[in-house]
Amino acid sequence: MVPEAEFRSYYGRPVIKGPIWHEPHMPTYLYLGGLSGVSSMMAVVAGFTGHHRLARTARVAAALGAATGAGLLAAELGRPERFLNMLRVFKPTSPMSVGSWILAAQGGLSAVAASSELTGILPVVGDAAVLATGVTGPLTATYTAVLVADTAVPAWHEAYRELPFLFAGSALAGAGAMGMLATPRAEAGPARAVAVLGAAMETVAGAVMERRLGPAGEPYRLGRAGHLMRSARALTAGGGLLAVVAGRSRTLTALSGLALTAGALCTRFGVLKAGRASAADPKYTVVPQRQRLADERPA
Amino acid sequence: MTERMGFFTDTSVCIGCKACEVACKEWNQLPDDGFVFEATSYDNTGQLGASTWRHVAFIEQTRPVRMNGDQDDGVDRWLMSSDVCKHCTHAACLDVCPTGALFRTEFGTVVVQQDICNGCGYCVPACPFGVIDRREGDGRAWKCTMCYDRQRGGLEPACAKACPTDSIQFGPLDELRERAEDRVERLHADGHPEARLYGESPDDGVGGAGAFFLLLDEPEVYGLPPDPVVTTRDLPSMWRWAGAAALSVAGVVAVAFAGFGNGERR
Repeated sequence: MVPEAEFRSYYGRPVIKGPIWHEPHMPTYLYLGGLSGVSSMMAVVAGFTGHHRLARTARVAAALGAATGAGLLAAELGRPERFLNMLRVFKPTSPMSVGSWILAAQGGLSAVAASSELTGILPVVGDAAVLATGVTGPLTATYTAVLVADTAVPAWHEAYRELPFLFAGSALAGAGAMGMLATPRAEAGPARAVAVLGAAMETVAGAVMERRLGPAGEPYRLGRAGHLMRSARALTAGGGLLAVVAGRSRTLTALSGLALTAGALCTRFGVLKAGRASAADPKYTVVPQRQRLADERPA
Repeated sequence: MTERMGFFTDTSVCIGCKACEVACKEWNQLPDDGFVFEATSYDNTGQLGASTWRHVAFIEQTRPVRMNGDQDDGVDRWLMSSDVCKHCTHAACLDVCPTGALFRTEFGTVVVQQDICNGCGYCVPACPFGVIDRREGDGRAWKCTMCYDRQRGGLEPACAKACPTDSIQFGPLDELRERAEDRVERLHADGHPEARLYGESPDDGVGGAGAFFLLLDEPEVYGLPPDPVVTTRDLPSMWRWAGAAALSVAGVVAVAFAGFGNGERR
């Protein structure tokens, strides 16, 4: 373990205020946003490559993920009746403003795509909408990393390079798992591949993040956050390996899909917990800032 | 925009009377935030928050104070400081606010429009000083307005008006900065080499604070970050990394499907 850094503080009180976002709303939204975004991307490619059954699952998952996620976000507000104020301005300096517009587009387009798929009405409009989600989908899955990194929370801000890839991997694994679980197994091959590659990306991004952050990454290793992040790693790696060998086995597919989904959720809850922990202890704010000053002005 | 206005809080003359806290509460009609006994010092306010826009910190130090020449008189040093929103030049709360509720006034201060704020809470962890917070029950974010209403009426903010020792000084920021430089020089000459300004430099990580301080110890002793940086400074870089991740999502999905050729053609 890293030696305890010496630092001064005001009665050990936090310097910054931690995220006040609720559980399970916020981390569940992070998962659902990822699910929706990657599902859209899968729907696009599945449509082009003639995997129609998988395309249908992906369109529905994309629409449900975005709609449920938006609902959770509205419930999360201090003034939910003012939800639409999110679209009052477009503000490039605010990842939440940019994200609201991305999510609004993703939600609308994926709803049109899914409705058209299920009802058979206006297939051309549905296809056009799904094509457009090829742009909004990957953004929906990854903008949330900027959302959390663009704060004074040390464990989040310092990880702004790796978090997008961690979230992208987690989203790929989650959406792949959903595709595996909700598509007849004979036609779920590409979903299994997405899940495997996503699990690999999530695992690598997590390892790189931990390595590069050093002492600043401690909140990801300690306490409840550490427990969640370790569970996420085990579930994701295990689920990914199972997906490789699952083939058309019903039991293995179910186990793998559930493990990957649980892993993706654990990652999101773990990241929120780590952010809270790093905001609550003044050490994570004061020590790196002192170090920065010492590096800038050598004695 | 009229002249940029600010606060200069000279903690060397703060007597810890908390008149600023009370005046702020009264003028701004802030609800009480509970009667808490912190059991650490005379500070039972704790920290700035949605209903606490001035907070007087009390720090009791066992370091002896030099009185006559090099003689220690054994008296412990007692630091007091009235903290407040910094009204940063580069304000993270304002940058990240998705609704435009937070805005920059004609006095160069940062204020929340309460009829717009939807309580998303993004400003709360964005502030590098831990100033702004969401009020329970009300659901919206609140912080010091530097008495926007009083300023518009040509009055000084309530805290500065109430301060009996002029520890809290209000005025045009340029003027306050000059006054603060003089004060630091004077304190250094009087044998207080530890006196230093905090937040006065336009070159710091937040582009200089509209409310800056004269401190007698390291900022973190008062609960202030030693080197605050506005988080949005790295935003372009953050978007580049997220963009790369978004592209890799598309790439991974394409690769995953590539191995399966064309699916069922029915």
